[in-house]
This record gives sequence, structure tokens and C-alpha cells, in this order.
Amino acid sequence: MRIPVSWLAEHLELSEDTSVDELAEAFVGIGLEVEEVTRLTPITGPLVVGRVAEIEELTEFKKPIRYCRVEVGKSETGEQQTRGIVCGATNFSAGSLVVVALPGTVLPGDFEITSRKTYGRTSEGMICSTSELGIGEDHDGILVLPPGSADPGSPANEIVGLEDSVIELAITPDRGYCFSVRGLARELSNALDVPFGDPANRGIPDDDRPSRTVRIEDPSACSRFVFRRLTGVDPTAPTPWWMRRRLALAGIRSISLPVDITNYVMLELGQPLHAWDAAKLSGDVVVRRAVAGESLVTLDGVRRDLDPDDIVICDESGPVSLAGVMGGASTEIGQDTNDVLLEAANWEPTGISRMIRRHRLPSEAGKRFERGVDPAVAAVAAERAARLLVEYGEATISAGRTDVGEPAQPQPVTMPLALPDQVAGVRYGRGVTAKRLNQIGCGIEVGTSDDGVGVVTALPPTWRPDLTQPADLVEEVLRLEGYHTIPSVVPPAPTGSGLTAAQRRRRAVSRALAHDGYVEVLPFPFTGEDTLGSLGIGEDDPRRRTLRAVNALESDRALLSTTLLPGLLDALQRNLSRGRRDLGLFHIGQVVLPEPDQPSVPELGVRQRPSDEQLAALHAALPAQPQHVGVVLTGQRERSGWWGSGREADWSDAVAAARLVAETAGVSLSVSAADRAPWHPGRCAALEVDGTVIGHAGELHPKVVEALELPKRTCAMELDLDALPVTDERPAPSISAYPPVRLDVALVVDEDVPAAELGEVLRSGGGELVEDIRLFDVFTGEKLGADKKSLAFALRLRASDRTLTQEEATEVRDAAVAAADQRFGAVLRG
Amino acid sequence: MSGANDPYDPKEVVALAPETLQNAVDDARKAFDGAADLDELAAAKPAHLGERSPVLTARREIGSLPSQEKADAGKRVNETRQAIQQAFDARHEQLRAERDERVLQEEAVDVTLPTDRVPSGARHPITQLMERVADDFVAMGWHVSEGPELEAEWFNFDALNFGKDHPARTMQDTFHIAPEDSGLVLRTQTSPVQVRALLYSELPVYRVSPGRVFRTDALDATHTPVFHQVEGLAVDQGLTMAHLKGTLDAFARAMFGQDTRTRFRPNFFPFTEPSAEMDVWFPEKKGGAGWVEWGGCGMVHPNVLRASGVDPETYTGFAFGMGVERTLQFRTGIPDMRDMVEGDVRFTEAFGIEY
Repeated sequence: MRIPVSWLAEHLELSEDTSVDELAEAFVGIGLEVEEVTRLTPITGPLVVGRVAEIEELTEFKKPIRYCRVEVGKSETGEQQTRGIVCGATNFSAGSLVVVALPGTVLPGDFEITSRKTYGRTSEGMICSTSELGIGEDHDGILVLPPGSADPGSPANEIVGLEDSVIELAITPDRGYCFSVRGLARELSNALDVPFGDPANRGIPDDDRPSRTVRIEDPSACSRFVFRRLTGVDPTAPTPWWMRRRLALAGIRSISLPVDITNYVMLELGQPLHAWDAAKLSGDVVVRRAVAGESLVTLDGVRRDLDPDDIVICDESGPVSLAGVMGGASTEIGQDTNDVLLEAANWEPTGISRMIRRHRLPSEAGKRFERGVDPAVAAVAAERAARLLVEYGEATISAGRTDVGEPAQPQPVTMPLALPDQVAGVRYGRGVTAKRLNQIGCGIEVGTSDDGVGVVTALPPTWRPDLTQPADLVEEVLRLEGYHTIPSVVPPAPTGSGLTAAQRRRRAVSRALAHDGYVEVLPFPFTGEDTLGSLGIGEDDPRRRTLRAVNALESDRALLSTTLLPGLLDALQRNLSRGRRDLGLFHIGQVVLPEPDQPSVPELGVRQRPSDEQLAALHAALPAQPQHVGVVLTGQRERSGWWGSGREADWSDAVAAARLVAETAGVSLSVSAADRAPWHPGRCAALEVDGTVIGHAGELHPKVVEALELPKRTCAMELDLDALPVTDERPAPSISAYPPVRLDVALVVDEDVPAAELGEVLRSGGGELVEDIRLFDVFTGEKLGADKKSLAFALRLRASDRTLTQEEATEVRDAAVAAADQRFGAVLRG
Repeated sequence: MSGANDPYDPKEVVALAPETLQNAVDDARKAFDGAADLDELAAAKPAHLGERSPVLTARREIGSLPSQEKADAGKRVNETRQAIQQAFDARHEQLRAERDERVLQEEAVDVTLPTDRVPSGARHPITQLMERVADDFVAMGWHVSEGPELEAEWFNFDALNFGKDHPARTMQDTFHIAPEDSGLVLRTQTSPVQVRALLYSELPVYRVSPGRVFRTDALDATHTPVFHQVEGLAVDQGLTMAHLKGTLDAFARAMFGQDTRTRFRPNFFPFTEPSAEMDVWFPEKKGGAGWVEWGGCGMVHPNVLRASGVDPETYTGFAFGMGVERTLQFRTGIPDMRDMVEGDVRFTEAFGIEY
């Protein structure tokens, strides 16, 4: 909301030396955020009122150019002086009063006017537009002052009104009343403790006969509806400059006198008004909800299909206005309108809110209605607008006023007088609560409750529908007293128990991966069907069971990702495109995994805690969102350097990353061959913990690499961190002090025998004396025969209670080899 | 060499003659000192200390001496041998020290060579900052909790006192999940964790919840559709707005230093009443020093307490939600929001792995 300070000051008794900064600070102090303060620049030099005497159209140029003789005041001898001025605007005629910047004038932006040659003439000055004067953004033509409003040659600074500032405020949704000079001036008066004159405090004549019959068929949609009729309106009457200026500074364009007046009164009193062409309205007026199938052409010329929830104003022809949101085209006032009906109504806020969204029609009026408009001000606002039309549009007010509806009455709120003190942690002075509540317009009664506590009962004013509970009143007292008066006190420390094991684990995993060379990225959790398809994830894969955002920013990334890989690969590509070659990235984040038969979200109330069953139903409707950890890597895992050549990242690094995660988490991970998108079917490891697959690792499928234009042999790992059991305490091992026996075993097996399984067989076959087993060599060659490989293991044997003999060691080895033979037909290699 | 049983004067036995023994010592010293390295020394050893060396030859002659002569001759031979051995040992020690010295010199490397076979990784500053914030609150005795990012509207709005069609609900530019009336949204704030904490925790509750939130703002230098907040909630008996201010002041000092200036001003949030905004004085603000919004806060609205089954007559509480990206920007002066979300490793690497 932009508002000129001079307009606010009109309703306040401010001391002369109150600066605009003080006003801005006062606004901030009571909770109205100041977005910008704009000081109009008074213009220096000869800025004067001029009257256009003659216009010569210069037609030889691409655009219309006028050479004007402009009267700019009398000389000392009393003769009217004229200046020749070139002008590109056409919205004026001979006789128009304009603002002329004569040579020597400096306009905003340090723009000095000089006498200069242009379009083949000498231009001795400039005829100014409002934007050139620093008022508003209206570039459509020059500023034309109403006839007779000044004499040529009068200094224009004061007439134009350049000694002013504009404050732009962000109004919070609970303070609809602040979308008006009335509300803002009242707030300032409270903040500065200066007297306030309510612009709504105007008498309206009694007039019981209706201007027009209006029936409110749906009282839930409309609580008050006022019509005031004017006849003999001059549709061409100009809007007075002072009004246009204020509208311009508030950011509203001048349209025509009747429209400007409705906007002006809306800004002043907060009541949106609509001007109807009475002649185009037929029969009685009805306020109701729309019927399915009805439609309406609104002022913007768009035909809109109506929803049964829409609130509409109808005449005999059906809906003629989208209530509170936008008028209808059929009853619009125009150049030939003489008979005007001014509407001031009060619409139900949430209904308006839905209509604004449904029809995507945000407007100044809608903004006010959805936040709540003072129902008491409707007739005053209509009267104010009517009188302005009489004054400036030569209209006559017709007898009669329609005023129907039953606005809800504010309900009193009672609270302990000391409640504000208790909430703030401050001892306010005596009488502060009552004083502050009175300032905001509440009717106040102070008393004592049955148990002897001082209480205050406040009857909120009609413009404060937000005041319904003691907490609302408390905030009013606190903010007007100033939040700076609240002390800063750290509450006594509760007994804490630190982070949970799962939280510590996530940190440890993140650190471990970083120390292992991976860089953390935080990609957005959005993906698209195309991406999932490119990853080779089939239509029937559970990972294609996604939820979709209705209003995604990018239509090809509307799905909530079921895997971290799309985001990680995206980040990988971004880094590659920026010239990086060797990359290892990781991300720990939630994925969304909806079930095929996920129940829908139940309706729950908010008046009290929902039952456990209701909450259980709500939770059942929320898809699982486990925390995953993922890595992607490409390029060199180990760099080349003076130590020798580097090593390209391969599938084993991805598996190693999974092992690192498991090790950090203190769980034992087993690995087996798997075939799963987006991995290479021969280079994909399933990661298992306690017999459950918790993720996969390996090299990406060449087709995926090709489809996503990734470097060859790009590798990836993703596992479900939440699926790892939390092992907060780890068992202490018993340490044997006896010497170990080390021996190596090389076994020849079929090529498809998994090394990990062979190792496991050796370990279990060897029994409890096997302390450690490590694969140290893999060998294939002609000597072994086709489809054979040799796996060499180093065994470390140790007993807890004695030194092992060579015979015992040999027994263990033989047992291990026998087990390997039995399971895989392994043969001990010479 | 003489026969074993022939009696003769030892002084006449050449091998035992004093000059011979003195010569043996002198020769040995000369040979040992002349050895240039351990190998030459080893080669020189047999001639002076070996079986055929003069001193051992002399020792063998002692046996043939008359018994009264043996002791004296034996003594002289031993002294001679010791002298030679000492000469050897001294030289050996000297040569070994020289060799060791040389080996260490030869083994010297350029210790400034690079050692980064596997370059170090890094953690994202947002993650690290969120952990730091959590630690600061843990140190104050608070708990840390998380919640789901895909949230029921009931948690994200209804229970937080957002009216069904209230403009506050539409103000937040929410990502809605299809179908439109699914009742599911991407959480627009971490505040739903408040409700979860109140529904399922025993009172009192002191809890922070760092996490990711979503709004439909297109990505540019100052906006991102996905960002992070740290939510705080305290519900206890007798908590006041002064406690809220004290907690946030402590938080601000932990984040921005002891000299941080803060400003508390009224604002509006549906889930708090009274509501406030915490501003931080930002000397490096673009266009001149000034106040910058840090986050919203307030006393938990009685309606929120009721919806969570907490009696507002007995318990009061405060809540706050601070932007993590914003906090990071204040701390480090990162000018462009996109740097924080694009995942360029050069950005993250600069932050390394904090302790």
C-alpha cells in the first residue's frame, strides 16, 4: 500500500517538525512494515503553469509532433508572454492548462531544461507529464490541469504538490483496515499519541426509500449492500488534479471521474465501491451464488464460466457482476453514462478469496474484501463518493438509499487486566491495557472477576474482525507499548539429552563421505517422467510411482523424486559443463515413496486435539519419506601425479562408498550381484543388511550414460539410510595376546563365483580360529582354463587361549578349503 | 714356527717380540684408518684380527713357552689384541656414522611435493550451518527433531491456525500435490514440526527443527523455491515474550558475534499471537548499513495449542523460524542465492569440512 504522507497528515495533528523518517519508524514500531520511502523532489527553476494558445501539427515525422505556442505569464508591462514548445503528446488542446518547465528548470533525475533545436524548431522549454515531475508512473501524455484551476505563469511547484513523500507499506493479512488512509492514520495517531480525525466520521442524511430493490438471497455471501443513485452526471468532467495526484502517488491510474472517485474513496475509507450505469441495469437486483452453467462477461471483456461457489450480483438478465472482484461489461459506465448507481457492499472474505483464485483476478477491491472491510462504513463511503460526484461531476443525488443486510456484530472479549504483562514478561503501568485497547477503537469495561482478579472486557470496533481472543488483545497492547520495552531474558535451561543416535549417525556419514573425497550437493527433489525413463526405470518399477506437484515451476520437473540419483546426476552435469572432470558428489535427503493404495488424507478439525485414530489415519495418508544417501562419481578417483598414474573411478568405488556408509553406521553390509536400473547389469551390487536390500551401487548402464549424456563409466550408489539399524552401542571384542598364524590360500573356481561368497565360505569353513580373511589377488589366464579364475586369500588365524600349532593351522586351512570345494568346487592352486 | 716341546727363550721368539707386537698394532691402525668405507674396513679386518694375523700367531706361540713365561707373554698379547680391536671398533663406528649420514642424505625427498592422491571432499555450508545451529540449541538443553517435507495440509496450515481460505494461506505460494484436493503439500515452513512435537511429546517441550522447505518462487539471485529454515518451539509454564527475545538474542550472538544488534518488531503469523519479526543490523547491507529481516517468531497461538491438545490456560510457548540461507548470507556475504543451490563444487569446496 503506497500512500502520500500529506494525505495521512490531513487526519492527524502532527507537529510541524515530524519527519517522514519518524513516521516510517513509527509504522515499523507498531507492526507495519515499511518497504520504501520515496521523497518527491521539489523542482528548482522556473516551473510554471502554462495555457496552450496555438497548436501546429508537424506531420513530416514518423510520430505526431506538435509545435505549441504556450502562454506562460504576463511580463512586467502586463503583456501575456508566449513560448514556442515542441511536444510529442496529443492529449491536450488549445486552451488546456499545462505545466511548463522553462529553460533553467531542473527536473527529477538532474534533468536540466534548456532552449534547444528539435524537429526543426526551437523548443523554449518542456510541457511536463506526471512521470517527468516525479509523480506516478503514468507516461500516457502530459499533465493537463482542470480548466480555471490556475493562471498562466503561476509557480507550479505548489499546484502540482511536490513537497511530499510517499510511504509504501506491506500490510499483513490480519490488518485489512490498514488498506486505507483511515486505518493508517489511526495507527500513526496511536503510535505517536497524537489526535486523530476519523474521515469516516461524516453524517449521512436519513433516506429510507431504496434507490433500487436489492434482495440478498444468500446472507452468508453478503452482509451489507448499499446503493446510492446519482443523475445528471457529466461523464466527461475531468478529475481534479489533487485527486489525480493522490491516486498517482498511490499507484492508481486515472480513468474517468466516476472511477477515480470510487478509487479515491476506497483509499480513503477502505471501502471498495463500484459505479454502475443505472440505465443498463434492468429490474430488481439479487445477490446470490451462481448456478452451474451461468457465465458472465467481466469488465476486462473476458467471458467467465461461473462456479456455484461464486457470489454474483444479478438483474433480470442474470449475473451482471462478479461480486467484490470485478464488475460486468454489460453495466459498465461509459462516455454516455448520466445515471450512476454507486454500490458499497460487504462481501464474505473467504468467498471472495476463493473467487480471486478461481478466476485469477487479483484486484485492489478483492484484496480488501478478502481481508475484511468495515461493514459500518458502507453507507458513509457511498455518500462520500456521491458528494464528490456532485462537486466535480455536476451530478445530483437522487432521493433514496438502498441499505440491506445484517452485518455481524463484534463480540466482546474478556481477559485479565494483567494478561499483557504476563505474556510480555513486563510490568506495564497502571491503566495501560485499557488505554491501548481504547486507542484502537475498543469499547472498554474494567471490572473484577468472581475470584477477585481485575478483568477488562473489550468490544472490538467494527473494522477489527481479527480481534476475537485475549491473545489478539494482548498483541495490541504489546505492539503499541513497543516491543523494544520487552526485556531479553534467556529461559532457564531444560534438561537436554543431546542429539539422537540417528542424528549423530547422519552427521558421521556425511563427514565420512566428505573426508573420503565426496563433495556434498543439495539438489531439488524434483524430477520428471523423461528423466526416470532415461534412467531405464521401467513403468512398473515402484520408483515410477510418484506424486506430482500441481503447480511445479518446470513442467518437466513436476514429480517428487523417489530416488536421489536424478538430482545428483543433474549436479554432476552442471559441474561437468563448467569444466570439472573428476567429480564425486554426495547428497543425503528425503525421497517420497507413495504406496499404490495409499489412503487419502482425512478431514481433521482444529478445535481440539484429533483422536489417536484420526491422527493415525492422517499419518497413513502420508507416503513414506525415508532419508537416502547417494553418491555419483566420474573421472579420476585417484589423481595422477609424481607418484605415478591416477585411477579412474569405477564400480568398486561406488560399492566402497556404500561400505563406508555402513561402516560409519556400525552395521555389516553384504554385497551381491544385482540387475537394477540405472546400473550396468553386470556391474551392479545389491547392498544388504540383515538380509534386506537397502540399496544398490555400481557403474551406470551404458544406455543411461548415453541418454543422459554422462561421461562413460559414471558410477553411482544410493541406499536407504533409515533402513540401517541404529547401533548406538558397539560390543567390545576380546583381544587375544597369543601370536597369529598367517597363511595364504589360492583357490581356482568358476569365473561366476562371487568372491564375497567364497570368502564367507572360507571363513565359516575355517571356524572360529579364523580372525581375519582378506582377498588379495584375482587371477585369470590360459593356464587355469576358460571360465576359471584364481582367488587368493590371506588368512590370519589366532586362538584366544593358546599359541596355535602348525598342525592346528593346517587343519583350519584344510577345513576352509574343503568347505569351498563342497560349495563351489574350488580347487587349491599349486 | 717352533716345535711344541723345544725349550727356548721367549724373547727370542720373533712372534712374541715386543717390536713385533708394537708393529702389529701400528700396522693394524694404519690399515683400519686407511679403510675408506665399511667394506674396505671389513676387508682389512682378517689381516689384523684374523686367524693368521700377527697377534693371533703370537698367541699360539704362548703355548710353547715355559710356564713361568706364559703369564707375562699372554698379558702382552692380550693388550696388543685389545688395542687392535679398539682401533677397529673406533674406525667401524666412525665409518658407520658416516654411512648412516650419507644414506639419510641420499634418502632425502622434496617434502613440498603434492600429496593429494584423493582430493578432499567438502560438506555443504547449509548442512554445516544447520548442525551448528542445532548444537547451539542442544547446548541450551533443547532437543532436535525433523519432520517430513511432503506434509499434510492439516499440519502445514490447519493446525497452525491458517483459515481455510485466509489470504495468509495463499500468501505462501505453496506447492500443491495432485490432485488439487489431495490435502498434501510440500511444507512451506518448518512450523508443522511444532504441531508434531506438541502432539507426541511430553511437556515441557524445547525443540529445534532444521529442515528443507518449499515455496513456488522461481530461482533467481534472491529467491529459491527450495530453502532451509530452523524452527524453534518452547512450550512450558510461565514462558513469556521476554524469554523469546532472550533466546533469539542468544541465537543471534552465536551466529553473528557478540556485538550483534537485533530489533524486535510486531508482525503477523497465523500460528503466533503476539507475533514478531527479528531484524539484524547488517553493516554490509547492499546500499548501506541497515536492518535486515532474519526471521519470524511469536508466542504460540492458543488455537495451535488447542489443536495439539495443550491447554493454553496452563501452558504458554514461543516459536520462531529463521532462514538458514539468509543466516549464511549474513555470516559470509554470499551475494547470489543460486550459488547455494546449484551444487557447483567450487562453492562447497570453499567451506571444506568444518569442526
